[in-house]
Amino acid sequence: MGNGTSIGKVRGLGSAHEGAHHWLLQRFTAIGNLVLMMWLVGSIVWLPDLGYATVSEWLAGPVPATAMVLLIVSSFWHARLGLQVLVEDYVHNAGTKFGVIALLNLATIGGGAFAVFSVVRLALSSGTLGGAA
Amino acid sequence: MANRPLSPHLQIWKWGPAMLVSILHRITGDGMALVGLFVLVWWLGALASGPEYYATFSEFMVTPMGYVVLVGLSWAFFTHLMSGLRHFVLDIGAGYELNSNRFWSVASPLIAIVLTAGFWAFILQR
Ligand code: HEM
Ligand code: HEM
Repeated sequence: MGNGTSIGKVRGLGSAHEGAHHWLLQRFTAIGNLVLMMWLVGSIVWLPDLGYATVSEWLAGPVPATAMVLLIVSSFWHARLGLQVLVEDYVHNAGTKFGVIALLNLATIGGGAFAVFSVVRLALSSGTLGGAA
Repeated sequence: MANRPLSPHLQIWKWGPAMLVSILHRITGDGMALVGLFVLVWWLGALASGPEYYATFSEFMVTPMGYVVLVGLSWAFFTHLMSGLRHFVLDIGAGYELNSNRFWSVASPLIAIVLTAGFWAFILQR
């Protein structure tokens, strides 16, 4: 590795050996999103209304609750990978890039955890969250 | 180093449909990641918080601003879905012949608009 021009610095290094893994995970989670989002879109269309009683009773069921948890994991993971690419393309300063990706991890893991917790709480509370629901 | 020619930038290129779907894929993916996941988390959090808080969520979503967000997200979803499926085809090395590539570049976002309209037709008919 030389220390001259930009291209001179990277010649001969070979690949970083991480890109293909990222690329494949983006596809695997895309397939997960495809299946699970079709389920969510289908459910939104087929539910008789989107009021609290209908939606909470539906989502508390074991199959919808499981599907929703899977959807949260798949879509947050996919979005995390996708936003990383965005950051890598447009944020060039190494320190800023590190900071933004650290924030991205906090936001996606935190948001995903909160979403999973919400589904679990709803599913395990069996209608005690709001009385008259 | 100073005045070297740069590679031609945005304003130089002639727009084509393949370029448009590529850019749309990124915009819709990032839009869903930033706005869509926020709305998903808000929706689930509202459900877990009970009917009173859920009413706050529902009331916002039927304001004009709420409809802009929801229609926008559903359009982004169907557009990203179509360009994502197109990605899968291109990823296996198919679909690069000029005519079919151009055809699907034009068709993908148009099919997405039809799907978005169909989705809302179902919901509003209910
Ligand atoms: C219908 C299901 C989906 C499919 C088939 C799909 C497919 C894909 C594919 C194949 C890529 C990689 C593109 C590339 O390598 O250039 C991608 C990127 C991306 N997706 Fe999805 N996706 C889906 C749903 C979602 C959802 C629900 C979100 C947001 C929550 C999302 C956010 C993103 C983002 C942010 C990127 C990165 C865009 C970029 O690199 O320019 N996708 N998607
Ligand atoms: C207005 C001008 C342009 C904009 C805003 C733009 C934007 C983008 C975006 C957002 C992506 C990522 C989306 C994806 O991976 O699906 C992308 C990928 C790409 N663009 Fe462009 N683009 C422009 C012009 C061009 C031109 C003129 C070329 C070629 C002559 C080009 C070649 C590519 C290639 C090869 C990729 C794929 C890179 C990869 O996935 O590894 N782009 N572009």
